[in-house]
Amino acid sequence: MALNRKIAYIDLSTGKIEIKPIPIEIRKKFLGGRGLDAYLLYNHTKKGIDPLGPENVLIVSGGILTATLASATSRCHVMAKSPLGGMVGSCNMGGFFTPELAWAGFHHLVIKGKAEKPVFLWIHNGKIEIRDASFLWGKTVTETQWAIREALGDEDIKSLVIGPAGENLVRYANVMTGIKNSGGRTGMGAVMGSKNLKAIAARGTMDIKIAYPREALEYNKRFIDQITSAKVNQTQGTLGTPFIWGATNSWGGIRTRNFQYNQMLYCDEIEPESIDENATKTIGPYHMAACFGCQVHCRAKYRIPSGPYAGRYDEGPEYTSQGAFCSEPDIPSLEALLTANHLVDQWGVDNLEIGSLISWAMELYELGILTDKETDGLDLRFGNAEAMLEMIRRICFREGWLGNVLADGGLIASEKIGKNSFDYLIQVKGVSNLHSDERATPALALNIATASRGSDHLRSRPAIDLYHLPVDVLRKIYSSPVPYDGPLSSEHTEYIGKPWQVFWHENCYMAVDSLGICKYHTTFLGATLPNFEDWSRVLYYNTGLELSPKDIWDIAERCNMLERLFNLREGLTRNDPYRGDMLNHRYFDEPTRRGAPDVVGRVIDREKFNKMIDEFYEYKGLDKNGVPKPETLKRLGLDNEPSHLL
Amino acid sequence: MEQMGKVLVITPEKCTGCRLCELVCSVYHDGVSNAQRSRIKIVKWESEGIYIPMTCQQCQDAPCMIVCPVKAISRDENLNRVMVNHDICIGCRSCVAVCPFGAMGFNVIDRKNFKCDLCDGDPQCVRFCDMKAVDYVDADKVAILKKRAAAEKITAAQRQAIVLESELR
Repeated sequence: MALNRKIAYIDLSTGKIEIKPIPIEIRKKFLGGRGLDAYLLYNHTKKGIDPLGPENVLIVSGGILTATLASATSRCHVMAKSPLGGMVGSCNMGGFFTPELAWAGFHHLVIKGKAEKPVFLWIHNGKIEIRDASFLWGKTVTETQWAIREALGDEDIKSLVIGPAGENLVRYANVMTGIKNSGGRTGMGAVMGSKNLKAIAARGTMDIKIAYPREALEYNKRFIDQITSAKVNQTQGTLGTPFIWGATNSWGGIRTRNFQYNQMLYCDEIEPESIDENATKTIGPYHMAACFGCQVHCRAKYRIPSGPYAGRYDEGPEYTSQGAFCSEPDIPSLEALLTANHLVDQWGVDNLEIGSLISWAMELYELGILTDKETDGLDLRFGNAEAMLEMIRRICFREGWLGNVLADGGLIASEKIGKNSFDYLIQVKGVSNLHSDERATPALALNIATASRGSDHLRSRPAIDLYHLPVDVLRKIYSSPVPYDGPLSSEHTEYIGKPWQVFWHENCYMAVDSLGICKYHTTFLGATLPNFEDWSRVLYYNTGLELSPKDIWDIAERCNMLERLFNLREGLTRNDPYRGDMLNHRYFDEPTRRGAPDVVGRVIDREKFNKMIDEFYEYKGLDKNGVPKPETLKRLGLDNEPSHLL
Repeated sequence: MEQMGKVLVITPEKCTGCRLCELVCSVYHDGVSNAQRSRIKIVKWESEGIYIPMTCQQCQDAPCMIVCPVKAISRDENLNRVMVNHDICIGCRSCVAVCPFGAMGFNVIDRKNFKCDLCDGDPQCVRFCDMKAVDYVDADKVAILKKRAAAEKITAAQRQAIVLESELR
């Protein structure tokens, strides 16, 4: 049974390992995955701890539906206090690790303390061992994984690892698995590195009993038909996530030259079709790969066509890499894109963060805030591909003054660089923004401003807001599983109705992250994909757990509130530009310069933005300062936190 | 009679490596999720992005059938498959050792060998594979499909040759 998967507490300082069952009452309150991780983080950390100190906890988990028949149930979630912004640190990746972890008997690992020397965890069929990792230290992401397989003599072992960036405590280092499955954002790889934990290897052959196998199979088939018939997934299954680029860039939603423009020009070479052409040439007509049990197969395989790394195999690039390595630094080169993508995959660092910070440094360099002295002679102008690739290396290995400074993330770097460098840093809560430009899309602006792990598109983004869906379609989506009869608008430049959409998606995404399902299988990019109703069914057929759609919504709301409570404990305030629900001033002050007629010349209206925040807080049951009202905590059963139940 | 000639056809380059076939195989046969119990396995060369689905070929002169000391393995000509009778099987694993494809598994939990039974004519791996990297087609069609694929390459070459010739003129 999925419900008998266990939780393990591993203290790397003492070597003590404790294994416990996860009580059913806990499942009913927090499900698993990110939801239960939020509970564990709030309960196992104290206010104000050093994110890179032994007192931080690293929580690794699979969702409650991991490796069951709910399609795409491979998502792995990692949580800790973030060394980047000091708020909730959280990352989520696909691949094949969590099914192996679940077959080995575990859903959650709570890792505390710090090992004296490099170690890795070896988890197999109910057992956990702490092993010496000196032979792995210094190795890249894939080298580490292959070396573990060789050392343990089993090619079916799946590992979560850190690369050199994690070892060097780059504050936005990733946790990685496979070729490119990346737990990015908020530096969970640095937390792993700070604990001297190089890898977690898992291999399992324990049965997960399916509660109603026939029903689960039939419902899964229905689920799959729904997913594969959606046009958005068919496109994504052909071109990968870069398919979003074409439309978004043509209407003007791609931040370019850090934040100077909202559209990239002359970029045919990095259009999705060009990326696809290279994959066809270097791999073949069938070049898409998938995570465990997924029919979307959004991951392209490719080889680098030219340059110093020509011929190297990798996967991707994702839409995020197109922004981080092309539009933000204004480098329209396929070779640079595919090379940079390969470097970050091998060294294990967040592509969005590193690309965004390098572009910020480029703007500072052109403004004269940074000079050749700080860059050690590197010509860090926009458009310089070699300089970008060199900066990626310097950051991952903390080389040179600027490389070392940027490795600490935007907030710390802006203090060290000084002057008015902070004004140009496009971040929320210390986390750099994706390359999307939200000045023409208030709903998306509200999403990044309020996302719990800092500026982020995967916490609450109502991406379907860009499709101009008729109001009755929106009504159908957004008034279930809880009623909503407030205003809704099909217009993406509008402010009305958006707070409810962001609130709805925040709960939707928390639910998928706790179930362990991928966001491409829900109302993220496709309006017709499964959500609460279907999850209630698959949960029952696979695990036997009976929860209504409304129950799942309530759990999601509860877990989101736990993340909010954590952030409040760490000093979140509403309007603080460093750690608040607040955007960079350029969103309000600098009008967009390019794009479609209804996009050009737009800024976010400060007053209307504030109103959106007010309304959003109201839906969440927060007061004007963003603090939960006592009755909200009571309603969500959180009036007694931390409750230390697990 | 329609079912009689059907065989599993695997086109490895179409495989996305998702392993849903392994999951549905174990749930369909054993009611559990456990890739170790699956009759089909995706063998991977991850660092090159190569994924090959491996399963029983239902051989005509099946080595497992020949090697079995107690004649527990036989051909079911109705469904064109090789079957194990576990009432007779003594669990010696000779079949596991002799199979040239590694398609005969041995389940360490139940202490029994296991192999693909084509799900009695509705193979779940085929049903759930959206790429049809694993397909179930009439045996006489397999060669035709291969012929057509090869012929397409020849026609493409011919067309190119015509263009080249016309340019030379």
